[in-house]
Amino acid sequence: MGAGRRDVIALYKTLLHMGRDYPQGYDFFRSRLKKAFQRNSDISDPEQIQSLVKRGEFVVKEIEALYMLKKYRTLKNRYSTEENPSKS
Amino acid sequence: MARVLVGVKRVIDYAVKIRVKPDKLGVVTDGVKHGLNPFDEIAVEEAVRMKEKKIASEIIAVSCGLPQAQESLRTALAMGVDRGIHVEVPQTQYDTLQPLHVSKILAKIAQDEKIDVIIVGKQAIDDDSNQTAQMTAALLNWPQATFASEITVEGNAIVVKREIDGGLETIKVKLPAVISADLRLNEPRYATLPNIMKAKKKPIKKITAADVGVDIAPRQQVLSVEDPPTRQAGSVLPDVDTLISKLKEKGHL
Repeated sequence: MGAGRRDVIALYKTLLHMGRDYPQGYDFFRSRLKKAFQRNSDISDPEQIQSLVKRGEFVVKEIEALYMLKKYRTLKNRYSTEENPSKS
Repeated sequence: MARVLVGVKRVIDYAVKIRVKPDKLGVVTDGVKHGLNPFDEIAVEEAVRMKEKKIASEIIAVSCGLPQAQESLRTALAMGVDRGIHVEVPQTQYDTLQPLHVSKILAKIAQDEKIDVIIVGKQAIDDDSNQTAQMTAALLNWPQATFASEITVEGNAIVVKREIDGGLETIKVKLPAVISADLRLNEPRYATLPNIMKAKKKPIKKITAADVGVDIAPRQQVLSVEDPPTRQAGSVLPDVDTLISKLKEKGHL
C-alpha cells in the first residue's frame, strides 16, 4: 500500500468531477468509472500503477477534447449559416 | 502591459433542451444545469493567453446577474482570470436587464479600473442579443473589433481578423479597444478540479448597478415567450399519382 495512492485518488477525483458534464449522464459515468478502478484494485506493483495512472491521465485529456468538440460542433450548427452546417 | 476586462454571463447550459414556462413569461430555469456562456469562455481564454504571453498584466472578469452568477465568475477565475466583479441584479430586474445596461456597467468599470482591452463573447446563447460589445465601445468612444477569429497585438494597436459573410476581414485598431470573440478564436481550456479549488481563494467583489451609477429599472415588459412551431408529421404515399393529387390539393402544382 501507499505507492502512488495519492496519484490514484487525485485521478479518480478529477474523472469524477469531469463526469458531471458527461453526455450520457453523471450516474452512467460514475458507475463505469468505479468499475474501471475496481478492476485494477488488486494491483500492487508501483510501476504498473504508474502506467495505469498515465493511461488515466490520457483518458482525462480525451474527455476534455470530447467536451470541447461537442460544444464547438453544437454551436457551429446552431449559429452558422453555411450551406452544409452538419459538417465541421 | 495591458489591463484586460472580460464580460461573462451565466446561461442555461448549451446542451439543455429549453422549455417554456406554463405562464409563457419566460423559460424554465429552476433545477436546470447552467454554465458559462460558451462565447464568453472563448473571450476568457483569449485574455488568459494574452496574460501567458505577457501582453496582459491583470485580467478582471465582470458578471451582471443573479447571485448564482458567481459560479460563472468562479469558472472564469479557474481558467486563469485574476479577480472578479459581480454586479448583483435581483431576479425582478434581471428578467428585463438589457444589453445597454450591461454595456453601461462595463464601460463604467472599464474607466474605474483603467482598462486597456475589453473582451466579451459576441453574444450570449440565451438571448442572442449580440449588442454588448458594440454599445460598450460606443459608450466609451473606443474602437471596436467584433467577431474576432484571430488577435495579434502590435505595440499600442491590435490586429484582428474578423469573421464576416463569406470570408475574413483584417483590421487594425488602437488601444484601448473593445473586442468580441467569435467561435473560431480559440479552443477554451477546461476548468480542472485543482484550478477550481484554487479559484475559490481569488477575490470576487460584489457591487450593485447603483454603485456604478447605472439605472437598471425595467422599461419594458415581457408579454409572451413561445416555443418555435413544431414541424408537422409527414406521411408516406403509395404511388406517384397520389403524390401528384396531394400536391395539387395543397396548391403546390
